[in-house]
Amino acid sequence: MSGEVLLEARNIGKRFGGVQALKDVSLTIRAREIYGLIGPNGAGKTTFFNVMTGLYPRDGGEVLFGGVPLELGTPYLVAQAGIARTFQNIRLFGNMTAIENVMVGRHVRTHVGVFGAILRTPGQRAEEAAIRRRADELLHYVGISHRANDLARNLSYGDQRRLEIARALATEPQLLALDEPAAGMNATETVALRKLIEGLRADGLTVLLIEHDVKLVMGLCDRVAVLDYGEKIAEDVPGVVQKDPKVIEAYLGAGGD
Amino acid sequence: MEIFAQQIINGLTAGSVYALVALGYTMVYGIIQLINFAHGEVVMIGGMVALTVITTLVGMGLPLPPIVLVLAGIIAAIPICMAIGYLLERAAYRPLRHAPRLAPLITAIGMSIVLQQVALLIWGRDPKAFPQIMENQSFAIGGASITSVQIAIILMSVVIMAALTWFVYRTRFGIAIRATAEDVRVAALMGVDANRTIAATFVIGAGLAAVAGVMYGTYYGITHYTMGFMLGLKAFSAAVLGGIGNLAGAMLGGILLGLVEALGAGYIGEFTDLCRWPLVDGLLVERCANGGNVVLFGSNYQDVFAFMVLILVLVFRPSGLLGERVSERA
Amino acid sequence: MSTKKWFGLALVVLALLALPLVLTSVGTAWVRITNLAILFVFLALGLNIVVGMAGLLDLGYIAFFAVGAYVYALLASPHFGLHLPFWIILPLGALFAGMAGAILGAPTLRLRGDYLAIVTLGFGEIVRIFMNNLSQPFNITNGPKGITLIDGLNVAGMNFTATHTLFGIPFTGPAKYYYVLLILLTLVIVVNLRLQKSRIGRAWVAIREDELAAKAAGINTRNMKLLAFAMGASFGGTAGGMFAAMQGFVSPESFILHESILVLAMVVLGGMGNVWGVLAGAMLLSFVPEFLRYTVEPVQQMLFGKLLVDPEVLRMLIFGGALVLTMRFRPAGLWPESRHKLEMNEEK
Repeated sequence: MSGEVLLEARNIGKRFGGVQALKDVSLTIRAREIYGLIGPNGAGKTTFFNVMTGLYPRDGGEVLFGGVPLELGTPYLVAQAGIARTFQNIRLFGNMTAIENVMVGRHVRTHVGVFGAILRTPGQRAEEAAIRRRADELLHYVGISHRANDLARNLSYGDQRRLEIARALATEPQLLALDEPAAGMNATETVALRKLIEGLRADGLTVLLIEHDVKLVMGLCDRVAVLDYGEKIAEDVPGVVQKDPKVIEAYLGAGGD
Repeated sequence: MEIFAQQIINGLTAGSVYALVALGYTMVYGIIQLINFAHGEVVMIGGMVALTVITTLVGMGLPLPPIVLVLAGIIAAIPICMAIGYLLERAAYRPLRHAPRLAPLITAIGMSIVLQQVALLIWGRDPKAFPQIMENQSFAIGGASITSVQIAIILMSVVIMAALTWFVYRTRFGIAIRATAEDVRVAALMGVDANRTIAATFVIGAGLAAVAGVMYGTYYGITHYTMGFMLGLKAFSAAVLGGIGNLAGAMLGGILLGLVEALGAGYIGEFTDLCRWPLVDGLLVERCANGGNVVLFGSNYQDVFAFMVLILVLVFRPSGLLGERVSERA
Repeated sequence: MSTKKWFGLALVVLALLALPLVLTSVGTAWVRITNLAILFVFLALGLNIVVGMAGLLDLGYIAFFAVGAYVYALLASPHFGLHLPFWIILPLGALFAGMAGAILGAPTLRLRGDYLAIVTLGFGEIVRIFMNNLSQPFNITNGPKGITLIDGLNVAGMNFTATHTLFGIPFTGPAKYYYVLLILLTLVIVVNLRLQKSRIGRAWVAIREDELAAKAAGINTRNMKLLAFAMGASFGGTAGGMFAAMQGFVSPESFILHESILVLAMVVLGGMGNVWGVLAGAMLLSFVPEFLRYTVEPVQQMLFGKLLVDPEVLRMLIFGGALVLTMRFRPAGLWPESRHKLEMNEEK
């Protein structure tokens, strides 16, 4: 399973006012691995995610992606570099159709500008057709092609999660970062999600997963890191992490999970 | 030096009015993140109501001392403005509290226009002169002079700002306002009635606006149905300068803006007089001869300063002088 | 398109082409009124790119219109003795307005949308202050008196101020402007429609819907917003140039806040983002004041024997009220954008 290193976070720090949300967090994600990030509520998982995908500027440290430092604080450059993400509380473009949502994801890999669009140049038409085709394929891939022309806000919860993944995939990421994708899903939906994630890896993607559902994480991930109070307290294969006394204490100390 | 001292006094006076208006903007923005474009119009209505009351009382020929007349004007303006503030929140903004951000902003600008036109219907299209009831005594200090009206305005706004600070930091209701501004949901969980608190913020802001309107009217001696627009724009700039959402910031921003504007208007003519600058002087020999001057920008550009301040703050310190952060919630 | 649709379209085009001839027979004033209405529809569709698609509230749109108008006026009038041809100054006005938009937008667009609203509001006033005062010490704008005797359009030696007779039909000046405006209107409609269904348009709508998610999906939101803002501004500038040419006279009075509000009300009432909705909303609000002008006074005279509410006040009350009521009861406008339908048509 262990490929070359894809992402390396070095001593990431982040403060909010007086709160140290992240403290010297370092971790390494290898290519084609499913990497889990767990921890009690408020441990800093989502903050780490937001820093890593460029939404928050960091206060210290750096992230190397494929050996190159990422421009943190500029999300579109992070997306361009090959990291795509979903949100814990699904953020779709509600008044756009499902397929348009995915087409937006193609933005970063396409080029035609204002004049091309206004003049409908042959190049623009070809690119537009390619965008639509790819979006269609991706909707198929996540299994919601029958809802392509429905407004995103009218989709069911599970379908919205899938749509968000399709939109992320449209940016052609090497690393897909999923923020609690199983939150609010029932058992059947979770099983389907698990299959989808495994399929993504089989297709060559690296997956970073924040999850509350410990069972899902332990069953799915190759390696797991545990955050507690903004610090990494463990990083290993699931079997070892599960038995780590520090991890057990963090979870029990936080009221169990 | 005399100009300098005089402009400081004038700036402090105008700044006191700006500060009171800015407080209304900043309180509303702090609690529901809305620029209440109609706030300037509330100030204008306050001035108009006071003017009507004072003119009527003067017309009745009662031998009332001037201070009583002005107080009567203020006392009449406050409840009317408060009622308007309450209605604005209740009828226009509250139904949109969970709508996309653009909706309440558009509503606010719409309400501002509606209030302006209503004022036009009631008070007419022409500027109205405030009756000269007070004998405006001047006192000389350091080569400059300060009038009794200026002293009254500055003192009164200091008292009001102190009272507001006490109210917000020391009373239960003030604490509820601050809690709601921090996080509506958490405040609600703690038993704060969010609707009531937000409405109260509007009402308090409108009350301050009423006082500011009367001050503006007595100071400049004139009211007009469009006066709320520029005043509102300036007060908002003051709030941003101080750090929007921050009470002390609005007060500081208001005073500073008043000073910048007064000093700017006092000196810009001198600084942009091309004849002062040897480099251009040569080109304009004829026009500069015999002490003539070629002033690029005179004091008629006074209204531009507030806007410049706003842009500069947004470029270099968007969080304002006393503000902490302006971040989108992730 | 089916033959039925083609037929319908042909009828509409024919009706639009014949309109000024019909109106001229009623009175040339009506052609002028129609021209101004079309100009405002054009403005509304320009603003639709900014407010409707990208979701950026621009409250000083008329300032860009003013920039375009003054560029035209200064470069084609006896004021400076310059008489450049329209095909140079019309684009130049658009360019200047676009640049003003970019300069104004750059510092504010990285912040929350509300700041843009207030900055544009202020900008509208500032432009007016400058127009009013830039007559001293060097006379650039001629102050409140404005600039007169502006050259009209002159296409291929045909002067637009005179009447020409073609096939025995007299074409008055306003009628000719009507056709030029119709071409410009078609242009802005095509631009709106094509952008809407493009990579750029989708990025704008995505930003409008959820800016943070748009960022994460790889959109350079700052540049995209700047693009929308500057584009809208340059449309405003183009309209301004046309305005100067048509009227032959510009003064600061024509560019007050109320005009910005009017254009915004057109976009909001019709349905932000929906080209046809904005078109309908703009037509409606363009003709309402004319309608009021001819009805309000006589009706009040008849009922009360005197004028209580003058039509101008009523007009502004309607615009302000339209903004408030639309947001409250029909936030998507009278003719809301339907992206669902848009896509369905695409496939069939």
